[in-house]
Parts: sequence; structure tokens; C-alpha cells
Amino acid sequence: MSNKFLPLVIGAAMGVAATTAAGATTLEDVKAKGFIQCGVSQGLPGFSNPDAQGNWTGIDVDYCRAMAAAVFGDASAVKYTPLSAKERFTALQSGEVDVLSRNTTWTMSRDTQLGLNFAGVNYYDGQGFMVRKDLGVTSALELSGASVCTNTGTTTELNVADYFRANNMPYEIVAFEKADEVVAAYDAGRCDVYTTDASGLYAQRLKLTNPGDHMVLPEIISKEPLGPVVRQGDDEWFNIAKWTLNAMLNAEELGVTSENVDEMKSSDNPSIKRLLGVEGAFGEAIGLPNDWAYAIIKNVGNYEESFNANVGPDTPLGISRGVNALWNDGGFMYAPPVR
Amino acid sequence: MSVMEQDSAGAPARASLLNDPKARGIFYQLVLVVALVTLGYVIVTNTIANLERQNIASGWGFVGNTAGFGTNQSLVEYSETSSYGRALFVGFLNTLLVAGVGIFFATVIGFIIGIARLSNNWVINRLAYCYVELVRNIPLLLQIFFWYFAVLRSIPSKREKWSLFDTFHLNIGGLRLPKPIMGTGSEWVGYALLIGIAAAFLVARWARKRQEATGQPFPSFLTGLGLILMLPILTYFVMGMPISLEHPNFVETGPILRQGFELNVGLNVIPEFLALTAALAIYTASFIAEIVRAGIQAVSHGQTEAAHALGLRNGPTLRLVVIPQAMRVIIPPLTSQYLNLTKNSSLAVAIAYPDLVSMGGTVLNQTGQAIEIIGIWMVVYLSLSLITSAFMNWYNQRMALVER
Repeated sequence: MSNKFLPLVIGAAMGVAATTAAGATTLEDVKAKGFIQCGVSQGLPGFSNPDAQGNWTGIDVDYCRAMAAAVFGDASAVKYTPLSAKERFTALQSGEVDVLSRNTTWTMSRDTQLGLNFAGVNYYDGQGFMVRKDLGVTSALELSGASVCTNTGTTTELNVADYFRANNMPYEIVAFEKADEVVAAYDAGRCDVYTTDASGLYAQRLKLTNPGDHMVLPEIISKEPLGPVVRQGDDEWFNIAKWTLNAMLNAEELGVTSENVDEMKSSDNPSIKRLLGVEGAFGEAIGLPNDWAYAIIKNVGNYEESFNANVGPDTPLGISRGVNALWNDGGFMYAPPVR
Repeated sequence: MSVMEQDSAGAPARASLLNDPKARGIFYQLVLVVALVTLGYVIVTNTIANLERQNIASGWGFVGNTAGFGTNQSLVEYSETSSYGRALFVGFLNTLLVAGVGIFFATVIGFIIGIARLSNNWVINRLAYCYVELVRNIPLLLQIFFWYFAVLRSIPSKREKWSLFDTFHLNIGGLRLPKPIMGTGSEWVGYALLIGIAAAFLVARWARKRQEATGQPFPSFLTGLGLILMLPILTYFVMGMPISLEHPNFVETGPILRQGFELNVGLNVIPEFLALTAALAIYTASFIAEIVRAGIQAVSHGQTEAAHALGLRNGPTLRLVVIPQAMRVIIPPLTSQYLNLTKNSSLAVAIAYPDLVSMGGTVLNQTGQAIEIIGIWMVVYLSLSLITSAFMNWYNQRMALVER
């Protein structure tokens, strides 16, 4: 093709495009630079939120740290890029981030049309509504004529349109670019209703002037499976992304925690032996050391530890496991076995 | 250099093409053009190749798909079942609206403040000075947030209202006005208005020509105003009053959520529009004020003195002598301010006003067509700017000094 020699004419001008076009695999890139660039939200308590010192915490952040632990054996080898809902896919497509772990809903169009792959689901969510208690509303079906605040460029905006249309209720949508402004406008009384993923409602409620004056309505109007995303076309990196999540889930199922992982290495259970790399060469097959899962669990913990530390009942969010419990405990969380 | 000058000044140059300055000039220009075209070609083909390699859908097919999201302000018919193209068009019209209204108010406020800056009254002068220094030194985004979040909190909640003449109502949901309902025959009122404007324009031209020729003045302003107002009003009554007003409906009983203004009854100017227009107009006005002041001061003081010597009072001196001359200095920088205001309106996205960038951003996120959407943004803002500057250049030429 003619554009093989044309870059020579232009030289350095096209350097950027040329390197992404013929670049190394993501794993090689990541190993070369020594850290994983992880796309996160601009601040959603429990999922990805920076503290005053700029340290990120949250269930989505733990996933990034787990990936870093798997690749480098060091959970701190991560750099975070806060992204708005609008920027997130472009940032991943263009290689600005290596993995997007930003409470992102897995939908067919995102999976098939954007050149992206979803690595699994780390939180089963659904869209809900929050209102002021003094409105006296007990069901979302009573919200006819309400004005609704939400984020622009999210599936939420589409779901709320579908829901109000399907129930033949007029409404006014007020869509902001950033979550902080949605909260401010709702707090000021511009809107009667604030809608986003239910987990987000619990998290954002903490930012309101009087969190106790607001309640989340019982209806969940959509399926929002949230999960990490990587670029399509790099199966090696996709495998690492999938199995990082699976390792955390399998560890919980097998009772391996960050506390007991060293003792568990001498366990007789073959499943645990395979997971922790005592038996077999499962790490090699995904281009990592054989103790990849051991590193994840040792440095970050299993799924239950991450959930309880960030969003669980003992945190300000106080979310119970619900559908996010393991499959053998009444939830949806099910990881294929390591064998 | 001196050698070359001798060559070109002396007998026909016999130097080779390599040393001919003209040939070398053309050669370098050609190289530059070829390089630019090649660069453009490589960028386009490379982008297309990369998009295909990464399996990212591209092209314009998405424009016809169903958008599925709503908006809180649209000047044309729009619903969730409309297409993405329609959504972008709604955003475009909203941008035009806020830019047009913003430019109007910025110009009016800017001229008033600019003239006040030159007032001999110390208080007015200092007030105008403070306005300019305060407003133009605070970033626009902060001003938008101020008008939206700070002012929003100080006006009544959705279940209360402030009313003026029982016609205009303000609360946090926006400014409610009576909405004109166009019945059959109402289009004739519109035609009458157009005819009135055209007639007023012709009368003004005729009056000016006559005054230039004979010196006889004619009250063309009042006549024009009469034509523009009376023709539609007469038509309105002749057609049997086809336009009625739909007043906003304030509900005070029933469930709390239903109390307040009923949705989609009457005309609602959303607070996002009010805040954005106020911020844009007030911010840009501070720059226009300085431009106006500079323009007026650029007119030699001798002109004012000469006008006073002819017996003109302050008002007519300003209106007939100073401003027309100042306009020549004012218009070019004024154009830049209009362009700035239009482009600054894209900050709307911060406060949920559905302008082109906000609507486009949602479309971008739903479809993932980043390159196409950003292309649309750039083309639209570029065209708006070029059209504005073409109009202002035309106006500038009309106002320019006619040299004889």
C-alpha cells in the first residue's frame, strides 16, 4: 500500500500513528513502561474515588491493582486516568489507557461496534431513582411530570427515556457532563429526581447536604452489568483481563484470602493448588508468572474482601451482596474454573 | 545579497535556474503544497486503516438511527424516537439561539457601559469601570457556574413562584410565559409583519434620499414603527383574532410532585438557557464596552467641539457625529467578540443546556463515532464563525469612510 513509504516522506510527523499501527502487544508495552495505565471515573465513592492525598480506592480501582499484581507482582504499579463518561471509550481506543475499569455497562453495541471487549462483570447493577422524602413518592410509577437530573452520554439517559415512554409519563430531562454537577443541581432543587445506577445513587447521596432527606425508590429499571474493558484484537491482554477477575472470584469461592494465602499454598485441594500456581503452568499460558493469582490475592485480596472494603455493609455505602454474591450463595457471580 | 541585486538590476540574468530567486520561490512553494497534501492524505488513509483494523465502525450511517434520548429544550419537533441527525440539528438550533440572544444583549449592555465609561458623572463612570474590571477578569466558566448554581439556589423552589403582572412567573424550573397558540389565519399576521418591516425600510430609504436632496426632514422612525406594529395588529383583528395565549398552569393541590407548574403547558424558558445567556452576555459585554470606549476616544475631540460649535447638543453630537466615525474603529474587534461569544457558548455542556456540543457528546457516546461527531462540531463552528465575519465585513465596508 502506498502509505507504507509515505510516512518516510513525512517522517516524524506521523510517528504517533505509525507506532500505534504497528505497535507491540499491550502486555509488552505495559512491561516496557513498568506500570498499567488504568481509566477510572472522576470520583465515584466505592468504585473509584481519590482521597485528599490523591490515593485511589474502590472496587474498580482494586481490579486495576489486581491486574498490576498479576503482571508485575506489585499492586501499586498502576497510574490512573480519570475519564468522563464521554471520553472513556476514545481514551481506550486510542491507547491512552491500557484498561478501562470505570463502572461501564456492558451492552451489545459497545461490545461490537467500538472495537472493545468486555472482560466480564465485576458488579451487577441496575438503574434506580432517588427522590426527596417529602415528595411522598413511594414508586417510580408516580413520577409522571417530574424533572429528572442525570449524566449525559450514559446508558442511564436512554433507560430513563425508555422507562418514562413505556409508562406514558411526561418528564423533563436535565443532563449534565459531570456527576458533581448533577448532584449540585439535584441538591439545589432543579430536579425532583436523580437517576443513575443504584450503586451510584447510594454513593452520591453521601455528597448531598442532608443525605437523610432523600430515598432511593424500589424500582430497578434496567440491567447494568458493570465490568472492565480492553481493546479488541489483543487476545493475550484480553485473557489477562478476564482471568484477573476470575481469579478473584475463584479465590473467594475456594476460601483463599489475602490473610491465609500463604498457608493455602500447602493446601491439599487441587483447585487451590492450580489457582495459586503450585500445580500446572496456567500463568505461562497467559504470558505471566505461574504465581500470578497468588500475587493478586496476596496484594489485593479476593472479590469478597474488595467488595466489603469498598461498598459492603460496613462502608458508608452500605450495599449488601445481593445479586453480587457468589453463585452458590444465591448471586450471579460465577467464574469458570482454573484447570 | 548585493550580488543578486546587481544581477536582477543589470542585464538579463544568466544564472542557472538553481540561483534564480523566482524559480526557487516557486519550487519551495510547490514542495510545501505537495507536503501538505501528502500529510493530509496520509492522515486520512491512516485513520481509516486504523479504524478498520480496530473494528471501529465508521461512516455516516448512524445519522438516521433512532436517538432514544430526550432533551429539555428543542425549537423543532423532537422526541426520543427521532434520529441522531435530528438530535444534532436540535443542538445546532439551540447553539444558534443562545448565541443570537447572547450577542444581542452583549451588544446592548456593552454599548451602554462603554458610553458610561466616558460619562462626566463620576459615579456612573466609576460604576462602569468597576463592571468592566470585575467581569472581564473572572473566567467565563466560573461566571456560568455562578449564574446557574448560586443564583438558582436563591430563587423559589418548584412548588412556589415569583410572578410579575400575573403573566411572567419565575421559579427554579425556569421562566414561565404565556405561549401563543397559532390558529388558522395566523400566518397572515406573520406576512403582515414582514410587509410592515419591508415598508418601513422603503420609507426610511425614501426619507433619507429626500432629505439629502431637499433638506426636508421626515419622521421616518415613527412612521416605520407604526407600520411594523399597526399592520400585523390590523390583520390580527381582520382575521378574527386567530392567535390565543396559553397561560402556564400552576397547580396547588394534589400530590406534592404534581404541585407547581404543569409540564408542557405555556412557554418555559429553562434556567440553563437563562444562566448561560446571562453569563455570556455579561462577560462579552465587558469586552465590548472597552471596544466602544476605545472607538469613541479614537474620534478626534475636534469633531465634538465642531459639532457643539454648530449648536448640536450632547445627544445628537454622539449619535450623528461621534458614533458613526467610531463605528469604523469598533466593528473589526466587535466581530471577534461575536465570534468568541458563539464559540464560548459550547461551555453550555457544564450546566446541562442542550447545545450542539452537549447533544453531539451524547450521540458520540451512544454511537462511538468520535471522528464524525468532532468533524461536525468543527465544521459547524467554523461555518458559524465565517458567516458572522462575512456579515460583519460587509457591514464594515458599508460603514467605512467613502473616499472621494
